[in-house]
Amino acid sequence: MSAQVLERASVAQVWDWLEQVPDPEIPVISVVDLGIVRDVAWIDDACVITITPTYSGCPAMTVIRDDIERVLGAQGIDRIRVQTRLAPAWTTDWMSPRGKASLSGYGIAPPAQQVIDISGISRKASPALVVACPHCGSRHTRLVSQFGSTACKALYRCGDCKEPFDYFKAH
Amino acid sequence: MDQHKFEYLQRLGDTTLVLGQRLSEWCGRGPALEEDIALTNVALDLVGQTRLWLGYAAEVEGAGRDADQLAYLRDAHQFRNLLLVEQPNGSYADTLARQFLFDTWHYFLLERLQHSTDARIAEIAAKSLKEVTYHVRRSADLVVRLGDGTEESHRRMQDAFDDLWMFTGELFESDGADAELVAQGVVVDPATLAEPWRRHVSEVLEEATLRVPAGNWSQTGGRQGRHTEHLGYLLAEMQFLQRAYPGAQW
Repeated sequence: MSAQVLERASVAQVWDWLEQVPDPEIPVISVVDLGIVRDVAWIDDACVITITPTYSGCPAMTVIRDDIERVLGAQGIDRIRVQTRLAPAWTTDWMSPRGKASLSGYGIAPPAQQVIDISGISRKASPALVVACPHCGSRHTRLVSQFGSTACKALYRCGDCKEPFDYFKAH
Repeated sequence: MDQHKFEYLQRLGDTTLVLGQRLSEWCGRGPALEEDIALTNVALDLVGQTRLWLGYAAEVEGAGRDADQLAYLRDAHQFRNLLLVEQPNGSYADTLARQFLFDTWHYFLLERLQHSTDARIAEIAAKSLKEVTYHVRRSADLVVRLGDGTEESHRRMQDAFDDLWMFTGELFESDGADAELVAQGVVVDPATLAEPWRRHVSEVLEEATLRVPAGNWSQTGGRQGRHTEHLGYLLAEMQFLQRAYPGAQW
């Protein structure tokens, strides 16, 4: 009987594998490119993945947790712990340039500005946001609804190509 | 157990839970598809925040309960939510007026709680604040659109604000449970939220060509477990499954 000693995967290797875990709602972007994987570490003999929720009620988080366990499990890691970290709160600034490009190619306009301004709610201080159409590039677009198919998106319509599209809100 | 903190966390968590449940009642019944989706997404945010608040409440209690047990297995007199959020949805104007009055208060509350000396409260508040900033901008937009809309929409919005106004005094009330936590810097004195809340509500109502209701009389008691008759019906629906099939999961 030959004892096989398995080398445990490097942290960099685990990050690579996590790039194969797609967002369940937007399968063109991985959980890494979405910026929700905050840390990967070996603690004792468990592989500990720290993720941060996008929106506190996002139903995809449970699926993401299961998907991470499934993908890493398939690579032979048998002790996996997925833990949640709340602070600092997730922001679309953590989305990678590659992730934003993928969204655009998929027909979803990526976040157009830096993080949501939480410093005040006075109506005098909120300039209109210009979102470019992911189909034709026109900046002649109009907000149709503050929420789209998921909490993280809003619904827009292009004034030139007339197509509706989702906008991934800056958060 | 820190009884005051447990009490405070239930007040927050029950308030977001009950409003989340109320808004969910609009699912499939919104006046337009976009509004249907928006209200249910706001509900989702509020229920998500509830899990954080009640999850922490259960930890502080330390009695082996979890957020689900607090949500599904307490009765009306044990709920600590504000009376405003348990009011029926009514017409769309009633729902929007309730939402705007609540969102404005919620924003100013979380803005302060993100600096709580309790790290857990601070991080839940900071997380929720980003969602709530979006909520309050949306509800203000709609109040302006309908208030400054047709004669009919204007009248309905004004009636809605007039009807709900008596439940707003409770937003700024405090009692012994708050006082000690305020002294420790864990929570904010509710009374200090009144001025910024009133300023924003006045600004938006003025833009909406609506008048700020004049009455000063307040109906209160929700934070002590004394509710209007509406809460029991809401809980009967929300808690049915766990009452009928204890421990059921999917």
